[in-house]
Amino acid sequence: MARKLLLENINVPGIHTFDVYRQNGGYRSVEKAIKSMTPDAIVEEVKTSGLRGRGGAGFPTGMKWSFLAKPEGRERYLVCNADESEPGTFKDRYLMTHIPHLLIEGMIVSSFALGAKTSYIYVRGEMMPQIRILERAIAEAKNAGFLGKNILGSGYDLELYVQPGGGAYICGEETALIESLEGKRGNPRIKPPFPAISGVWACPTVVNNVETIAAVVPIINDGGDEYAKVGNGRSTGTKLISASGNLKKPGVYEIELGLPVEEFIYSDEYCGGIANGKRLKAVVAGGSSVPILPANLILNTINGQPRLMSYESLSDGGFQSGSMLGSGGFIAFDEDQCIVRNTWNFSRFYHHESCGQCSPCREGTGWMEKVLHRLEYGHGKMSDIDLLVDVSKKIEGNTICPLGDAAAWPVASAIRHFRDEFEWHVTNPKEAMERNYGLAKYADPLPKLEEVVSEN
Amino acid sequence: MSDKVKVTIDGITVEVEPGTSILNAARQIGGDIVPPAMCYYSKLEGSGGKCRTCLVKVNKGSEKDPRPMPKLVASCRTGVMDGMEVQNITSPEVIEARKGVVEILLINHPLDCPICDQAGECHLQDLSYEHGVGDTRYEFERRTFDKIDIGDKIQLHMTRCILCYRCVYVANQITDNRVHGILGRGDASEISTYIEKAIDNDFSGNVIDVCPVGALTDKTFRFKNRVWFTKPVDAHRDCPTCKGKVTLWYKGDEVLRVTGRKDQFGEVEDFICNTCRFETKNTNSWIIEGPRHIAQTSVISANHYEFAPLPVIKENQVLIEANKVEFERATKI
Repeated sequence: MARKLLLENINVPGIHTFDVYRQNGGYRSVEKAIKSMTPDAIVEEVKTSGLRGRGGAGFPTGMKWSFLAKPEGRERYLVCNADESEPGTFKDRYLMTHIPHLLIEGMIVSSFALGAKTSYIYVRGEMMPQIRILERAIAEAKNAGFLGKNILGSGYDLELYVQPGGGAYICGEETALIESLEGKRGNPRIKPPFPAISGVWACPTVVNNVETIAAVVPIINDGGDEYAKVGNGRSTGTKLISASGNLKKPGVYEIELGLPVEEFIYSDEYCGGIANGKRLKAVVAGGSSVPILPANLILNTINGQPRLMSYESLSDGGFQSGSMLGSGGFIAFDEDQCIVRNTWNFSRFYHHESCGQCSPCREGTGWMEKVLHRLEYGHGKMSDIDLLVDVSKKIEGNTICPLGDAAAWPVASAIRHFRDEFEWHVTNPKEAMERNYGLAKYADPLPKLEEVVSEN
Repeated sequence: MSDKVKVTIDGITVEVEPGTSILNAARQIGGDIVPPAMCYYSKLEGSGGKCRTCLVKVNKGSEKDPRPMPKLVASCRTGVMDGMEVQNITSPEVIEARKGVVEILLINHPLDCPICDQAGECHLQDLSYEHGVGDTRYEFERRTFDKIDIGDKIQLHMTRCILCYRCVYVANQITDNRVHGILGRGDASEISTYIEKAIDNDFSGNVIDVCPVGALTDKTFRFKNRVWFTKPVDAHRDCPTCKGKVTLWYKGDEVLRVTGRKDQFGEVEDFICNTCRFETKNTNSWIIEGPRHIAQTSVISANHYEFAPLPVIKENQVLIEANKVEFERATKI
């Protein structure tokens, strides 16, 4: 069994309660941080650990924290981004449901490190049970003296609030989240200024993902050096992967970064292979917004190296033959899945979730959805495929926030890797309504190496 | 800090105050290199960044940090740095992206210019004429909205709206309360009043002037005339609420409508009050200053008398000299 840092005690009965969590070594990091460390030492420790943001972009957390402006007399805020709504990603919800105190503990340590006296957990509106769980956990921690005024007699005060969102995907973008937190319409702000300079109520703010904040706990407990030993290269530590799709054992897994993708899919410790004895066709490796890859390219990079679950290895090959780790929403498709339908479905999501502020995303996402709908339902034209590529290019990079990119990448990559399937939908519209294109050559070994890709 | 910063746009260097946006630096140079702006309005704080037509490429970030910016940036919301090098019309990438934005802005626009009161002074018309392509690849039904009534002075055509948010900023910053805003999200977002409330405020009429398209038009001018048949005349009056400096649009002896004075970038010089705009429509109330200068490229200049000198002027040497510019322009056409 690989080492678990976050979900070590997940199976202890009653771990969601303060007492059980405390008995299992919980809140040690708060004691250690507040009693024996300075805020700067904590930031240094996080820098040493090499922890990278778990929300999708993979920006080094220690660096983000050190960018926080610290003007005299201004409040600073830490906001936890729990607005997890990417299709395929459900790790934060799992963590908040089953081990809420880990997040609270991380919030206390991180807030102390950043000098924030008020911190927020912005939870997606649909996650009502999790909001209640977190509020209860906060009340328990407050009773035990870990929150509120004068924490553990150190003179440090911290108030922690849970803020339910309205259930909009766009509010997971940090500036839109801040707008929404302030009670406004959740439109992303134009950057600069970055939240580190002017965030919540124009005060310096750090926005971090739930998992990132939870990962601060083992870093403080064991030290940044220890944490950096886990993982692979610049991808240190462990990552929660929410595996879904046609897998034998879908669910949330904590993996050490650098685990081979093949092992993750096929080993019994993790997903246990493809369900119903079918073969793997494609994988979306990091949540719906990252490029989709066919089976041969997800198992191996274009150079023939085995692909690993790490920030670097998954993005090896750039957009031509690589993908991204993203937020860790691992969706596997077996041979019976239709890529066109799936692309349309993703596109439908982004069309629905676009905030409507800037024009390429507002109009372009709807356009792509309509064209994909036409292709999927057998009314497509050959020129539609190039049109989609062109529209996705017009959106990508020209929008205020990354939602435009997130909407464009899945479409562009699906066409790049599965073009013959799209063409088949155009040339055989009747057949395409009745059956799927199947596995085709997508799981064939890459030209250079014959021996590597094997089914099961 | 009085130190000016140097910025080079399409090879032309200009010195501007620190903190100026790239768009405003380009406007100081003027000419073809000024990026088009549909949502930015210099008199409205916080506007801009939304329409993405003003995208430019930054080749060199600054003297200190010469790295280029990875993406195209919205010039209206990006500040200049010393030594910055910007490409606008010299960059094929920018032109391509702008073409894409224009196409995308037009896919759900009804293109009902023949019956639109804004036609002739519409920024979207100008934009698509200069930067767009001839036809569209969009083959689906265009988006429509339920009609709502926002009062007896202002007409809202939501289908024409490009969601620039300018009217929202006007209501926030010029008037004392805002009853309209953006409802919905994505391509279903619309300008609306929440419970069909009338927009009625001393300065609410300015939303008509700031609207770059025909989404908000003057109900008192509705279907009265095409703008290029009317003659703009600068005038002023002693108004207790605003500065009273306006442009009157005449057809014959009749004042058909009153607007603010718009400069070459389509921005009004002063916001005017509703009394001036909607209720003061006879010549007696105004002190006429003279014909309004209209850009030669505008369709409104087509039969504008500032532009075609009277025959009597043609015979007098002094007058010929004084009207030299107009003569040259007339002979050009």
